[in-house]
Amino acid sequence: MKKSLLAILLAISFFQVEAKEAVPNEDPAIEDRFKAISSELRCLKCQNQTIFDSKAGLADDLRRQIRSQINTGKSNDEIVDYMVARYGDFIRYRPALKPENILLWVGPFLLMIIGFITLIVQLKKRRALISDAPLSADELAKVNTIIKDKSGE
Amino acid sequence: MVRYLVPLGIFAVMVAFFVVGLGKDPRELPSVLVGKPTPKFNLPELHKPQETFSPDEMLGKVWLMNVWASWCPSCRAEHPLFMQLSRQGKVNIVGFNYKDRRQDALQWLGQLGDPYSNIPADLSGDVAIDFGVYGAPETYVIDKQGIIRHRYAGAVSHQYWRETLEPMIRELEQQ
Repeated sequence: MKKSLLAILLAISFFQVEAKEAVPNEDPAIEDRFKAISSELRCLKCQNQTIFDSKAGLADDLRRQIRSQINTGKSNDEIVDYMVARYGDFIRYRPALKPENILLWVGPFLLMIIGFITLIVQLKKRRALISDAPLSADELAKVNTIIKDKSGE
Repeated sequence: MVRYLVPLGIFAVMVAFFVVGLGKDPRELPSVLVGKPTPKFNLPELHKPQETFSPDEMLGKVWLMNVWASWCPSCRAEHPLFMQLSRQGKVNIVGFNYKDRRQDALQWLGQLGDPYSNIPADLSGDVAIDFGVYGAPETYVIDKQGIIRHRYAGAVSHQYWRETLEPMIRELEQQ
């Protein structure tokens, strides 16, 4: 039991060592940028992880690519564009605002507005139903006879 | 009546979206490079590392670029098909060796056969990034002008070859 636990721990520590392939940059500003960019990008191999988190071989390569591009003086946007040009919009965790996906951005607000309009219309209808209009002479006579009947019993 | 039909209608639309959406394979990503020229590269040949391969050598031909590696199990699954295609001379296949070790790759080909006309070896995986490769195997159809026409991620089956790749290649060869 102890032995197998040790083996598992060893295996885990091995993977962790392997994951830190690229030498972290000493400059914390550069390191922050690296973190910011790689946390915005999806690892296409394991689609629910960011490139920053992923242990896939492809993510290693893309991290190396990001670091080297930061070092050659590329801006964050240029690096993200580089990735999108190769892997498509799917690589972005935060989709860019484009004509093709405009519904994605305005859709929720559109639904909210439609909801508000329906709510207001419905409320107005209800108010019209419950507002008391004065009784006509006929109706008044009817009501009176009913009341008389009831009290007469 | 209408008040029951409206939610039913909304429900039907949602079901339709789910049927279409959930039936799709999330791993099957469209390639942004379809319709664009093949990225330029120069990589050493696996068999003769002193020589290099560039996609420009294939201009004027319709060809398949098959991304493979000896560590990739699905590549083994699709390999017999490529062997058959190369024996029958149906298409030029370039084998893009992806993040592999030279001796492993050579041993793999020695065991299973070599269907490839050229084998550029991308040991670091940097050129593969230019193609938007996100795994192996992947297969690209490239036309006579060097434009990427199609990308398929995953092992190519006999059915996929017969129904999709072969008609596409025959059509491109006519042009």
